[in-house]
Amino acid sequence: MDRQFIPRGLQRSSFTRFAAWILPWILLLGLGLYAMYLCLAEGLHHTNMDNRFAFGLWIYLDLTVIALGAGAFFTGFLLYILRREELKAVINSAVVLGLICYSGAVAVLMVDVGQPLRAWFTFWHPNTHSMLAEVTFCLTCYLTVLAIEYVPVVLKNRKLRQIPRFLVFEFELHKVMPVFAGIGTFLSFFHQGSLGGLYGVLVGRPFAFREVLGIWPSTFYLFVLSAAAVGPSFVLLTTWLVQKLSGRQLVKPEVLRFLGKVSGSMLIVYVLLKTVDTLYWINHTAPAEGAPAYTFYTSLGFGTWILFAEIILLGLLPAVVLLSKRLRARPAVLVGAAFLACCGIVMNRFVMTIQTLALPTLPFDPMMSYVPSWQEVATFLAIVAYGVVLYSFSFRYMTLFPQEREIR
Amino acid sequence: MVVDLDRCTGCGACMVACAVENNVAPAEQKATERTGVTWLRVYPVSNGENFPANDTVFIPMPCQQCGNHTPCVSVCPQNAVEVDPSTGIVGQIPQRCLGCRYCMTACPYHARYFNWWDPQWPEGTETLLNPDVAPRMRGVAEKCNFCHGRLHAARTKAAAAGNKEIAAGDYIPACVESCPSKAIVFGDLADETSEVSRLSHSNDTFQFLPKLGTAPKVFYHSAKEWVRKMADRAPLA
Repeated sequence: MDRQFIPRGLQRSSFTRFAAWILPWILLLGLGLYAMYLCLAEGLHHTNMDNRFAFGLWIYLDLTVIALGAGAFFTGFLLYILRREELKAVINSAVVLGLICYSGAVAVLMVDVGQPLRAWFTFWHPNTHSMLAEVTFCLTCYLTVLAIEYVPVVLKNRKLRQIPRFLVFEFELHKVMPVFAGIGTFLSFFHQGSLGGLYGVLVGRPFAFREVLGIWPSTFYLFVLSAAAVGPSFVLLTTWLVQKLSGRQLVKPEVLRFLGKVSGSMLIVYVLLKTVDTLYWINHTAPAEGAPAYTFYTSLGFGTWILFAEIILLGLLPAVVLLSKRLRARPAVLVGAAFLACCGIVMNRFVMTIQTLALPTLPFDPMMSYVPSWQEVATFLAIVAYGVVLYSFSFRYMTLFPQEREIR
Repeated sequence: MVVDLDRCTGCGACMVACAVENNVAPAEQKATERTGVTWLRVYPVSNGENFPANDTVFIPMPCQQCGNHTPCVSVCPQNAVEVDPSTGIVGQIPQRCLGCRYCMTACPYHARYFNWWDPQWPEGTETLLNPDVAPRMRGVAEKCNFCHGRLHAARTKAAAAGNKEIAAGDYIPACVESCPSKAIVFGDLADETSEVSRLSHSNDTFQFLPKLGTAPKVFYHSAKEWVRKMADRAPLA
């Protein structure tokens, strides 16, 4: 019944099958919207956050999805600025993923803050010293850029192309896309970094506090690097997943291998700098703040295994695998390494958010614990569901992978 | 402010006086010690010894009014936290607060509180609210400001008398006034002749987390060595 909307030359499942796939996600989205309503209408006591654990699941996952969504800006940067034309095969998908990650994160943030209607105050009374103000500025601007980048993808739809004005508009937009890619890269550099700076500036939290390099704490640079490193891995991983779910080959294998190589190259630099930063923090920064680093790892749940897992298992290992041409050639190994790299970022953002808040600062305080409420979990799952729905519609009615037709 | 921990009996009068003075609503039924609002919290801390060597100290912990790199001020995205340069008091503007709770994450003293519920007063008790202090709404952070309403009243009184400076006795926070054992001394730290300045420089006086470099303006005093050692210890060490 929707054949005329599906791009020419592409095969998609029947509408009934598509509807059956979408329906459970819509139901999940509905549950999440109800949880959001409870938090917005009745207050944040519906969450399990408290005065000690003032950030929780939402901020942690916001940071994670924003890092994973970095594939959009970094792929755009490589394609439009460094002219790596092979990435044309995944750029549309990367833009959709970026849009989902960023819009989802902003939606959760709007529930997370106590007075969402005052969000505009950040523009009216900005504290230019605040990392969060910088995050707000860049996130808002970059979301706009992503929306603009999404427009040509939508306008490529078979039906919409029949409208001459849209065709002209899409053509003109394509001409200026390198400009938006440049703006996107610039904005992403700042907000990815500022998200790291968010913790690095916490002078009252010796676990998170880092020395300033230039004008930002070291976490600023590490967050930029880590996001740029795993962004391509996430694009690789999602492309592979969509191939598996749809049962179609969407891109040539060398595209995925190139994404893996880019990811590995960035990741090895990140792991190296992260190691240097960690060693300096253990030996200098933390002790100077009156908190020897070993005290951060006395609890079983947050033992030194976290450091090993984050830097070696989920950092160095995937980096080495992705850098090896021989290993990259094996699809299962390539996808596995990309998965590990993404897990590394998930763990890093967990450590920076949850472990930072779990560790006490006052000498007589014990470790803090926190388990998210069902409203927090449902709200986040709603964002996942929203992402799946938006991506599924985009995949069905737009050309996310231009090579698909050629391969077919 | 200097708090003599050897005098504090942990009676909680300061907490009650603070809540009444600053229109802190009664705790919601479901509130816990981590979701309730108390601008001043008294922590009982034991030396961990068995009887008869067991000893407990009560530590009143208001906002420490950090004087250097004030953690909550620099992080607030919309300037809802400000330091008054004339008094050094860190003030909160709830009407401008977004409720992002970044300041709470930044505060190492856990002296900031969030309104997880709509503040509600039992019927009839609204008439007992302090007209000099605006109640806060759900979804914003709040904290001790050394009874700003009282500072404002003292300034008004001084201005009416044609004075630029307020008289020392005209401005005392509610916790100081209510303490039955006179454990809290308040005054101008910058005035070297004041009692609070003298006490802050006396032996056995210390600050919490001095190595963070935030220069808190709340000092603690105890002749007990274990208390001072405890204050100097790293958490979980």
